[in-house]
Amino acid sequence: MAGLMLRNVSKRYGALSIIQGLNLDIHDGEFLVLVGPSGCGKSTLLRMIAGLEDISEGTISIGGKIVNDLPASKRELSMVFQSYALYPHMSVRKNLAFGLQNFKVSRTEVVRRVAEAARILQIEQLMDRKPRQLSGGQKQRVAIGRAIVREPQLFLFDEPLSNLDAELRVQMRAELASLYARLGTTMIYVTHDQVEAMTMASRIVVLRGGKIEQLGTPQELYTRPQNLFVAGFIGSPKINMLQAKATRDTGRTVVSVAGMPDFAIAELPTDDQALTLCVRPSSLRVGNGDVTGEGTIRLVEYLGSETLLHITLSSGQVLLASDNGRTLYRMGDPVTIGFDLSDLHYFDSAGNRIEPIQNESQAQ
Amino acid sequence: MKRFFARNAPAYVFLLPWLIGFFLLALGPILASLYLSFTRYDMVSAPRWIGWGNYEYMFTRDRRFWKALEVTFTYVALAVPARLIMALGVAMLLDKGLRTIGLYRAIFYLPSLLGASIAIAILWRQLFAADGVVNQVLAMVGIQGASWITDPDTSLYTLVVLAMWQFGSPMLIFLAGLRGIPRDLYEAAEIDGTPGWRQFTRITLPLLAPVIFFNLVLQTIEAFKTFSSAFIISNGTGAPSDSLLFYTVYLFNEAFKFFRMGYASALAWFLLVIIAAFTAIAFFTSKYWVHYENERD
Repeated sequence: MAGLMLRNVSKRYGALSIIQGLNLDIHDGEFLVLVGPSGCGKSTLLRMIAGLEDISEGTISIGGKIVNDLPASKRELSMVFQSYALYPHMSVRKNLAFGLQNFKVSRTEVVRRVAEAARILQIEQLMDRKPRQLSGGQKQRVAIGRAIVREPQLFLFDEPLSNLDAELRVQMRAELASLYARLGTTMIYVTHDQVEAMTMASRIVVLRGGKIEQLGTPQELYTRPQNLFVAGFIGSPKINMLQAKATRDTGRTVVSVAGMPDFAIAELPTDDQALTLCVRPSSLRVGNGDVTGEGTIRLVEYLGSETLLHITLSSGQVLLASDNGRTLYRMGDPVTIGFDLSDLHYFDSAGNRIEPIQNESQAQ
Repeated sequence: MKRFFARNAPAYVFLLPWLIGFFLLALGPILASLYLSFTRYDMVSAPRWIGWGNYEYMFTRDRRFWKALEVTFTYVALAVPARLIMALGVAMLLDKGLRTIGLYRAIFYLPSLLGASIAIAILWRQLFAADGVVNQVLAMVGIQGASWITDPDTSLYTLVVLAMWQFGSPMLIFLAGLRGIPRDLYEAAEIDGTPGWRQFTRITLPLLAPVIFFNLVLQTIEAFKTFSSAFIISNGTGAPSDSLLFYTVYLFNEAFKFFRMGYASALAWFLLVIIAAFTAIAFFTSKYWVHYENERD
C-alpha cells in the first residue's frame, strides 16, 4: 500500500492544456474517486499516475518516491481499463498469469495467486474460457482479477463499469466496494458517474478543465458544494438553481427571487447583487417551508419510492421537487412549493459559495 | 425460388459484370486449356488427343520441368517470407512512429505499384548488372561485387530482393491489421512489465494471425505466378543456366516460343494443382495458429 502525492502536475499537448498545476495528496489506503464531465482530464491524470502519459510539469510520488521517470511496470500499480483490455487469444487463466510471468514470479506462486484471485472474484469455473465466451460482467471480473494478482501498492480504475448495463453496474459497484474493504489497498477510480463516486469514495475529486473544483468526502460535496459547478454536478436529481437579487440592509440581506416573496437572511459577505440560490429537489416541499411560492405542476414522474414534480413558478422558472411517493399529483394542478432557509446554498456572481452568518425568519 | 431471386437480385446485379467476364472471357479458355492439356497442339494443325501423355512426359522425362519447379519453389520459399517480414517491419514502423503521415504510406506503397512493371524489371537489371549501380556503390567501400544477374549462383537472389522491395500491398494490409489491435492491450502489457519483444510475440503476432494468414496465402499464390520480372531479367529464357527458369517462364516459352500449346496447358493445370495444394495446406493448418476474435465456438 502506498499514498500518492501530486505537486504542480500539468499536462499539455502543444498549446492545449489538459491538466493545470494540480496538487493532490492521496492517503495510504484511501478510495479516491476522480469525477468530472467528459474532457475534464480525469482519465489523462490517471494515465499520468499509471505512467502511460508523460508529465509536462510537476512531480508525482508514490509511497514517497518520485516516479516521473519510472516506467509503468516499475510503479507497482495495477490498472483496470474501461475496455477490460483482456488478451482475446488467451484463456482467463493465461490472462491472469500473463503479467506475473513478466515479473519472474515462481510457478507455484503464480498458480497460488491466480487461484486466490479467481476465488475472490468467483470466476473459478471460467478459467479455461476465452474472453469472447464471457459476459460483460465476467470480463470485468477477470480484468479486476488481473489487477489483483499483481498484489500492487495502488489500484487504478479507468471507468471500469461504464460498459456494463445498469443492473450489473450496481452489482459490480457493491463488489468493488467490498473488494476495497477486503484488500484495503489505495485505489484511484475515474468515473463520470456521480452515483459511483458518491457510493464508493472515501474522498472525491471533482475535476473540470484540468483543475480541481473541490476535494472532499461525498457528504462534504453534497452538503457544502464549494461552487456552482460542484453543486450542479453532485446530486441526482440535479439541484435547483434560482437567479436572485440581493439587497444589503442594516445587518441583513434581503433576497428577491422572481415568483417568490422576498425574504431576509443574515448579511452575506459580498457586494454582489446578482446571486444564485441552490436548493436540492429533496429540500423543496409541497405546501410549506420558510419561504413559499405558488406554481403549477408541469410534469409528474412517479418512481415508486419518490415522485419527481416539475413545477413552474409564476415567473416561468421551473423547479424540480422530489416528494415521497404517497400523494397523487396531476399535471396542471396548482401547488404551493416551499423551502427552509437552512437548506439554501448561496453562490456569488463568480459561482463561488458564500455563507450567511445565520438565517433569520421570513420577512414579507 | 421467385422469392430467392427477389431477395438477392441486387447482389446478382452487382455480380453481373464479373459473371459476364467470367463466362464469356475466362470459362471458355479455362475449359479449352483443360482439354488441350490432353492433346498435342501446335496452334496450326488440329489438336490431337494423347491422353495423359503430356503429364507423363512432364513427370518422367522433362528435366527442365523439374528445374523450373526447383527454381520456383526456392523463390517462393525465400521471397514470400522475405516480403512478409519486410512488409510487417515497415508496417510496424509506420504504425508506431509515423502514425499521421499518410505521405510516407504512399511513398512506401509506390514500389509495389511500379514493381510489377516491365520498366522496373529493366531498371533492376541495370542496377544489378556487372557494371551496375550496386557494384559501383560496393566498389566505393572496396568490395568487388559479383555479376549478380549473369551469375547462376546469385541471379535468383536479385529477384528475391526485388520481391522484398515490393512489400507495399501486404504492408498496407498489415498496417490496417496493426491499427485494429486495441492500444489498451499494449498499455495493459506495459503496466504488467511486458518487454517489447514479448509484446510482439505474445500480443501482436497472435492478434495479427488472421492478417498474416491472408497475406501468406495471397503472396504465396502471387510468388508462384511470378513472371514479368523473371522474364525480363532473364531475357525471356530463364538464363543464366536456367537459374531464372521460373515455372511461368518455362510455360510461356513452351506455349509461345515452341508452340507446344498442349504441353503448356498441362503445365498450367499442374501449377494450379500446386497452388491449390499450398492454399489448402495453409487453410488446414490455420486452425492451429490463427485466432479469430469473432469466431463461433
